[in-house]
Amino acid sequence: MRREGSAFQGLGVVVLKELSDHFASARMRVLEWLVVLTALAAVYGAIQQVRDVTAEDPFLFLRLFTTAREPLPSFVSFLGFLVPLMAIGMGFDAINGEHSRRTLSRILSQPIYRDALLFGKFLAGLLTLTVSFLSLWLLVIGLGLIMLGVPPGGEEMARAFLFLFVTVVYAGVWLALAMLFSIIFRSAATAALVTLGLWLFITVIWPALSSAVAEALFATADQATLVTGGQMLARLSPATLFGESVLALLHPTTRTLGPVYLSQLQGAVMGSPLPFWDSVMVAWPQIVGLIAATILLFVVGYISFQRQEVRA
Amino acid sequence: MKEKVIEARGLTKRYRNATAVDNATFDVAEAEIFGMLGPNGAGKTTTILMLLGLSDISAGSARVFGHDPAREPLAIKRRVGYLPDSVGFYDQLTAADNLHYTARLMGLEPEVRSPRIAAALERVGLGNVANKKVGTFSRGMRQRLGLAEIVMKDARAAILDEPTNGLDPQASVELLELIKSLKAQGVTILLSSHLLDRVQSVCDRVALFNEGRIALIGTVADLGRQVLGGGFAVEVETEGGADVARRLSSLHGVRSVEQLRAGKWRITCDRDLRAEAAAEVISAGARLSKLSLDEPSLETIYRQYFQKVQETAHAA
Repeated sequence: MRREGSAFQGLGVVVLKELSDHFASARMRVLEWLVVLTALAAVYGAIQQVRDVTAEDPFLFLRLFTTAREPLPSFVSFLGFLVPLMAIGMGFDAINGEHSRRTLSRILSQPIYRDALLFGKFLAGLLTLTVSFLSLWLLVIGLGLIMLGVPPGGEEMARAFLFLFVTVVYAGVWLALAMLFSIIFRSAATAALVTLGLWLFITVIWPALSSAVAEALFATADQATLVTGGQMLARLSPATLFGESVLALLHPTTRTLGPVYLSQLQGAVMGSPLPFWDSVMVAWPQIVGLIAATILLFVVGYISFQRQEVRA
Repeated sequence: MKEKVIEARGLTKRYRNATAVDNATFDVAEAEIFGMLGPNGAGKTTTILMLLGLSDISAGSARVFGHDPAREPLAIKRRVGYLPDSVGFYDQLTAADNLHYTARLMGLEPEVRSPRIAAALERVGLGNVANKKVGTFSRGMRQRLGLAEIVMKDARAAILDEPTNGLDPQASVELLELIKSLKAQGVTILLSSHLLDRVQSVCDRVALFNEGRIALIGTVADLGRQVLGGGFAVEVETEGGADVARRLSSLHGVRSVEQLRAGKWRITCDRDLRAEAAAEVISAGARLSKLSLDEPSLETIYRQYFQKVQETAHAA
């Protein structure tokens, strides 16, 4: 049975409306300040640290993102923590908010399909996050230029740009998850709590738990299986995928994200950086994994939204 | 016969363990106000959602302007305006901005949007609060804003779910007036309600819903004849006079005369016998203090009908 008309009719209208809602909302303001302040603190710390210990580092600029100075974590670890929080903040009341405001049936009685509403909300959320990350990214690079006085090289910019892209994709995972729960749970508070709970579990508990699970599962196997098995389990968490891909991109000396075998070290020049595309190849499976997780979560949400009853 | 705008044939909606709408068949003709009446949970809203393609149809078929809601929902939604039960708007936006959003979703051209929105708001009496945030609006104002959306859409048919629900008497009278003025413009209206007396005043035809089924369908007078045994009821109040009851019952066309209290009678008759009854009372030497024709009220029909249904159920 074919439906008449395009599923994307009205998509642009929904995106624009949601965008203006996001940018005007108090919630966005709070999140922006939270991110800007904490991230700037981290970068400032990193710059102090870089100045103190500057060695002959060909990728000085990337150190801005990755260097930590006690007691502050690095910019990257801040992002790993804050990106999910922002994305959840964008998405946890996407659909159930329309239910509770009783606007859903009125909007869906206009000549659009549900697809346009859901796509539009997701795209608008992702665009909002992209704009915030982009300005944050530019802010960090500008600060670096002023305070370090060293211009970044072309390859550094390419790596930093890809890092920005990975951050947006990582935000997409959490946005899709938050929207999925906003479809499943009728109360925005429940959806927010469940998503935040899952976020804590995935980012804090799972990395520790996965090695324990691996030990239980592969107790009789050899050491290599145990390590790779634990790593595979840990990679079920998007936070791990994000951390690994950022590591490969921003630390050009990273040759592999798994265990290193002696045979692989043969002929390797220790501490020498990989070319840009080789680093991308190292991080590629992780990046694809993040994109796949976003699509998967969105599709699950899409299906449950299509099957949902409109009435409250 | 005017063109049929909405046709439902054996419309059925089944959930896993319940049937919300069971075999509903009805037509709504052009420029008619059709009322779906029944208690909450009788399947009225589900029927509406199926007609708009917002809910799957389990069995049967529906046509709105000749389109199938399951396959061509956009064609239907372009021509039909819908006012949901206790309609909601974006509280942080103004009335005009809320309408601007839906106008863009409808695909209205940019240059016609603003004039149409202003005209629609004026029409429903919200012209002076067009730039106020909807968060400050009362329930009645929200319902009227919902109607403004339908006016702006220039819909050929409007589906109104419980439009007067939760409104004070004044607000609901105003809303019903607006609905009547839409009908006068040739808009077909399907409305659902559980408030029978309010709706009776505007509906051309009604369908009584009960537990997912349409129990009765027709004009209020038709239903009255079917359920109450029909005829006209004339009430007479007199002072003095002799033998009034006997004289009244001897009139041609009178079926029965019932004394309500001293000096007050209810005459059930085949036609409107007010004039004859008045003449009879006067000639009996009594003073006529009140004479009225009692229209069958939906409320009475409704209660009587369900009483009968229950009695037959008990008897069976």
